[in-house]
Amino acid sequence: MTDLVDRQKLSYIAAQAADARLNVELETEGMTLNIGPQHPATHGTLRIIVRLDGEQVVWADPSAGYMHRGYEKLTEVRTFPQVTSLINRIDWLGSFANEVPFILAAEKLMGVEAPPRAQWIRTILFELSRIANVSLFLGDLGVQLGAITPVFMAFRDREYVLNLIESATGGRFHPNFDRIGGLKDDLPKGWILETRQVMKKLRNFCDEIENLLFGNAIFQIRTRGIGIIPKEVALQYGLSGANLRASGVDWDLRRDQKIPLAYDKIDFKVWTHPDGDSFARCWIRLQETREATLIVDKLLDGLPAGPVMAKVPRIIKVPEGEAYVSTENPLGEMGYYVVSQGDLGPFRVKIRTASFNNISIVPWVLRGVFVPDVITILASLYFILGDIDK
Amino acid sequence: MGLVDKGRMPKPLTHLFNLGRSYSLWVYQWGLACCAIEMGAAFGSPRYDVMRLGVIPLPASPRQADLVVVSGTVTDKMAPAIKRLYEQMPEPKYVISMGSCANCGGPYWDSYSVTKGVDQIIPVDVYVPGCPPRPEALLEGVVLLQQRIKNEDMGARWRGEGTKNLVKHPIVVGGGPVE
Repeated sequence: MTDLVDRQKLSYIAAQAADARLNVELETEGMTLNIGPQHPATHGTLRIIVRLDGEQVVWADPSAGYMHRGYEKLTEVRTFPQVTSLINRIDWLGSFANEVPFILAAEKLMGVEAPPRAQWIRTILFELSRIANVSLFLGDLGVQLGAITPVFMAFRDREYVLNLIESATGGRFHPNFDRIGGLKDDLPKGWILETRQVMKKLRNFCDEIENLLFGNAIFQIRTRGIGIIPKEVALQYGLSGANLRASGVDWDLRRDQKIPLAYDKIDFKVWTHPDGDSFARCWIRLQETREATLIVDKLLDGLPAGPVMAKVPRIIKVPEGEAYVSTENPLGEMGYYVVSQGDLGPFRVKIRTASFNNISIVPWVLRGVFVPDVITILASLYFILGDIDK
Repeated sequence: MGLVDKGRMPKPLTHLFNLGRSYSLWVYQWGLACCAIEMGAAFGSPRYDVMRLGVIPLPASPRQADLVVVSGTVTDKMAPAIKRLYEQMPEPKYVISMGSCANCGGPYWDSYSVTKGVDQIIPVDVYVPGCPPRPEALLEGVVLLQQRIKNEDMGARWRGEGTKNLVKHPIVVGGGPVE
């Protein structure tokens, strides 16, 4: 552990020295490297401008906005039921998870609570979208480091989860299944049995990835001790989700806050890692995928019977007021601050997305690292462009 | 290749060339948004396996590509980059517009920052509708494009007439037979 810290310290000093040298005339000239906006390592269209001194990054600046689609403005001209079809495209890998906080905020304003069965199914689908999201991350991680096999495995096993989501909701990618007051439909016949089998496959996938990728010497050399984010810095930059837990902060909104989802009915472990380096961030996500499969199993065991829709008026008018609800999405804390003025649609919606805050640490964490590590660190921070640019 | 320059191409040779071109499409993946994941599933996953269609989805640069798949929301900030990279592709080149956003703006039809269709900036040969389209739909788009390439008059394309025809009658997946 100590030599890791020393390495970060040394690279920081080297960066400072390089910075100072750049200002002196007749010295080596730095180079500006433009990564993106279309680059496989940026998960979409993030552009990062890095200033180099030799092989070391002196300064890095993420330039977002290439995927800005204006969600916050568009929600103002949609009705409440229409908004969900829009917002599940924010974090496109875990679509269902995007709908839940908004619906919960609207329910809070209306004073409606979904029936228990709807809450449990919501939680199950929430965890399934987490698995669909993070399993692709685990595959993609290999590609960033030059290993092509994990991505094939990830796509293979992710299809099973997508099939489950499709058979339950009708949407393979964007379910748009959540309604104010409950869910559109109940689960189809045979779904529970199928889900249990798929969860077994996913646990196998996690084991495979752990052996193949995380046990690999090259992977460990390239991620251990690289891009260390200490606890204090992570909190200062407002990181959330696995990035924060990898820095040793035991903070999980699923456990720590009281929301009408079924998380308080079951026991699950929140994984943390003391190191705060790239390896820790990836490792936390792997453990969380496995934990999510266990959570789904536990939820299926205790799934209550009953209706899936509460009594809500046919034309939904949300009373005047403001509400903020956030949940622990696959990428971190995602929250919606909904302001309603008693109309059919929201007056204003502020969307707090996890990736936007997670990416804000990039200028800090990329200081003093080497060029190949830029990709590793970006991959381990794990952002989705729709989630950054909104 | 003087014959091609003059626009007189013997039919067997045309057939042979078109066969070769249609079964060695190098696809540049322009993944922008949600559709990029479905494109990744179509091109990178063992279930769909695009290489059996003779499509190679791994060129490192648009300069090596015959086909570009624009998948996802094209924003006004991104549009110049798309135009620029399209211009870097060598002729003959084809464009598949994947997903509602790239076709016409999709769910963001009233957004202030989204380009309402990639066909405003580059000519599109195949439209794949859906939000996002299933990987099978994208594969069908590729297959339909291959059919059209096989029936193409290489001389016409060389004279610059082929592109006009393509853009006048774009292929729409699920939109009836291809001429």
